[in-house]
Order: sequence, then structure tokens, then C-alpha cells
Amino acid sequence: MAIPVEQLADEMYEIVKESAGVKKLKGGDLTKAMVAKYGDDVSRADVKAAIRVLIDSGRCVYGYFGGSSIELPHTEAAENQ
Amino acid sequence: MADDLNTPLLDELEKGPWPSFVKDIKSLAGKKEMAKDLLRQLEKSYEDKRGYWKHGGLVGVMGYGGGVIGRYSALPDEFPGVSHFHTLRVNQPSGWFYTTEALREITKIWDEHGSGLTNMHGSTGDLVLLGTRTEELEPTFRALTEKGWDLGGSGSDLRTPSCCVGPARCENACFDTLAINYNLTHQYQDELHRPMFNYKYKIKISGCPNDCTAAIARSDMGIIGIWKDDIQVDAKAMAEYVDSGMDIQGLVVENCPTGCIGMDGKEINIDNSNCVKCMHCINVLPKALSPGKERGAAITLGAKAPIVEGALFGSVIIPFMKIEEPFEEMHDLIERIWEFWDEHGTSRERIGEFIERVSLATFLEGIGEKPLPQMIKAPRDNPYVFYEEYFAEEGEGGK
Repeated sequence: MAIPVEQLADEMYEIVKESAGVKKLKGGDLTKAMVAKYGDDVSRADVKAAIRVLIDSGRCVYGYFGGSSIELPHTEAAENQ
Repeated sequence: MADDLNTPLLDELEKGPWPSFVKDIKSLAGKKEMAKDLLRQLEKSYEDKRGYWKHGGLVGVMGYGGGVIGRYSALPDEFPGVSHFHTLRVNQPSGWFYTTEALREITKIWDEHGSGLTNMHGSTGDLVLLGTRTEELEPTFRALTEKGWDLGGSGSDLRTPSCCVGPARCENACFDTLAINYNLTHQYQDELHRPMFNYKYKIKISGCPNDCTAAIARSDMGIIGIWKDDIQVDAKAMAEYVDSGMDIQGLVVENCPTGCIGMDGKEINIDNSNCVKCMHCINVLPKALSPGKERGAAITLGAKAPIVEGALFGSVIIPFMKIEEPFEEMHDLIERIWEFWDEHGTSRERIGEFIERVSLATFLEGIGEKPLPQMIKAPRDNPYVFYEEYFAEEGEGGK
């Protein structure tokens, strides 16, 4: 049974939150985590749609420190801190 | 002009007959504090022999994961004008064709929201707007999109596809570079704006083997025009070259890398089975020779061009593909490559490094392609040439 995109977004948000300050997660990391958990019940397109929900809602933002990552919104000019 | 800059080292770069970026930035320094502090910080870098830029963090506008390169001064108290100095990459039109009105739009927006400095164009192919503050990013983006512009790629995403002028201005174009560039840019908007890859993926498109976009050296995926049949010869134009006294033997025949050209009076004979499509003869005799009629593209994979270390040329992965709308064959190939790289690649691993790690055989199997003799390993090599190793140590009798 397909997993709703909103549910995937919520679960990925929790993963991003738990990893904050420990590991910067890429879109691919989140995809693999969801595929590992739900197997064939989740497609890459579903995960992509869920990431879009996370980003467009402002709950997560894209970041870049030697590679693109998906992060919690951070303080502006974080590099200067 | 700002006389209070006190930049003696930079001033040296204004001397001489060549264009000077210092002169250009100084021309803005009377109007923009940003330009003044840019020069002052650069002067300090020259004095101290180190850079004072920091980058990272901020990457885009709302919903985008690319297009903005966050840049900050490491000395914001000393140079407040460049405490933020972000770069915007604007998706360029195919072939870099602009109307004067379009250029006025862009420069007006940038005078209003940024430093007024641009790169036309960056090595990525994008139109680059240099230097703005964080609070100006969204207003700049709004102003650009209202005029029909969009941001380009940055970070671990599809970088803005880039192409040569193609059939718009070049008789050697083997396919419509502008059309496929436009198509790929629109087909992969998500991949361009929302980074999901292991690392960056650049597509450059050249209409013939002259490779004016340097796709063979600078793009993860090169689409380079090629033909399968014989070079076309205009016998009358060839005779005119001979009659003009041109040194065809020295300039063309002896410069053919495979020695497949010979002259018989006013006739040129080409052994097309040994032609490697280097374009030399066509470039020297453009009125007499032209690419064959059965045209398409060779697809290369794996080039990257970091300076000094790690540079790779691309290897041929598809020797010949017809490039025709709606470009479904190309979409299919690209998506098979991305899927396999996405699944098995590691973080910050370019496609060329990935192929080297897993082996070409595994990669081909993974993307569902059969091995072909044209998938050559050579000349994949570092395109930068360093001669130091050829100099013998002093006292060993070397030159």
C-alpha cells in the first residue's frame, strides 16, 4: 500500500531533526531511508514529492557545505558563526 | 572614481594595454560601497597572500536548492560593504543570444539589487551576477522571474545545461544544439533546482567535434556532434583552393593525425574509414569540406576540470546517437545513468569517478548498455600538461 506523501514528509523531517548538528543529510540519504523502511510501498517519486513538501513549507531548507544537503532552517550567515 | 581607496597593489593591474577588472570595479566604487570594500578586501588579500572569502550555507531562494552561491567576508567588521557578497547564477539563453533589451533588463535589475558587477559568462555557462546581500535575494529573484528569467544550477544538482551557437551561426553543427539544450533545461527543472544527486552533473553540448563548449574536458556528460558517413567534398571549391596557391600539402595533408588524406592534382582523397573526425581539414578548407550527411552526436561521460589535480577527460559512452525532437532517446539515457549513479554512487562522487570505481563493465551493465569498441579508455587523461617532470635535475646533463 502506497505511503502518503505527507507521512513521508513528516518522517523525513524527524530524521533531519535528529541528525541536526551530527550529520548533514542529502536527498539521497532520505530516499534510501524511506526505501529501506517501506520497500516497494514507496517510490523515489513519492520521496521526491515529500521533499518538495518539506522545502516548500519552509520546514527544511537546502544547504551547501561541500555538497548539497537538506537541513533545518538555520540562522542567516551561518558560515560567519 | 573613489580616490580614498589606497590600493597600490591593485593599481598595478590597471597598467598595460589589456582590459583591467580593477579599472571596471573602480568605476563602480564612486556609486557602490560594495565595490569599494571589494577592492579594499582584495588589496588586503594581495598584501597578506591569502583569501578572505567564506562560502556555503545559503544556496537559493525559497524552494530552490541552487542558483545562489552564498559568500561572506571573513572580515565583516573591516569590510562591511562585502559582509555579504552572494553570487546569483541566472540560467542563460541557449547559445548565449540576447537582445539588447534583455541585457538592459538584467543590468537594471542588478544595479538596483546588487553590486552591478557581472560575469558574462561564468565557466558553468550561466549569466553570473556577482555580489548582493541576503535580503536582496528574494527581491532580485522576483524581479528576474517577472521578466521571464530563472536561476541556474549549483550544488549537487544538474547544472544549467550549456551549448554552442550551433546551427544558428555555424555551418558545422551536426544537430540543433539550441533545441536540445532548451529541451533538457525544461525537461529537468526539478533536477536543476532541487539538489538530489551525489554531486554535480554538468551537461555541455557542442554541435561538432571542434567542441566549442569544451564538453570533452569540462562536462560530466558531453553531447558532441559527429557524423557517420564521408566528409562532403565540393570539388570546385577544392580546385579554387589549389589554384589560389594555398599550401594544402603542408597545412592539411601533413597535419592529418591519421594520415588519411592525399592530393591528386586538384582532387582531395580522404580515406574516411580512418578519419577520426578531428575537424582539422574542414577547419582549414571550410569552403571545400564539410561534415557528412548522416549526422548525430557522440555522448561522452566523466569529464571534470578541477585545476591542478583530478581533472579527467570524458570517455565515449555512446558512439553515435541521432539527436532529434522530442529527444526521448536522450532522456532515456540520462535517466538510466542518473538512476544507477544515484543508487550506487557515494557522496561527492562525480560520474567519472564513479565509473572508475565500479568499472566501466559494471557501469554499462547497470545502465543497460552493451560494450562497444568505441568506448575507449584513452584519451581520458588529465588535460592539464605539466612539464616539470621532463626537466632533468641540474648536473645530469639534461636540457
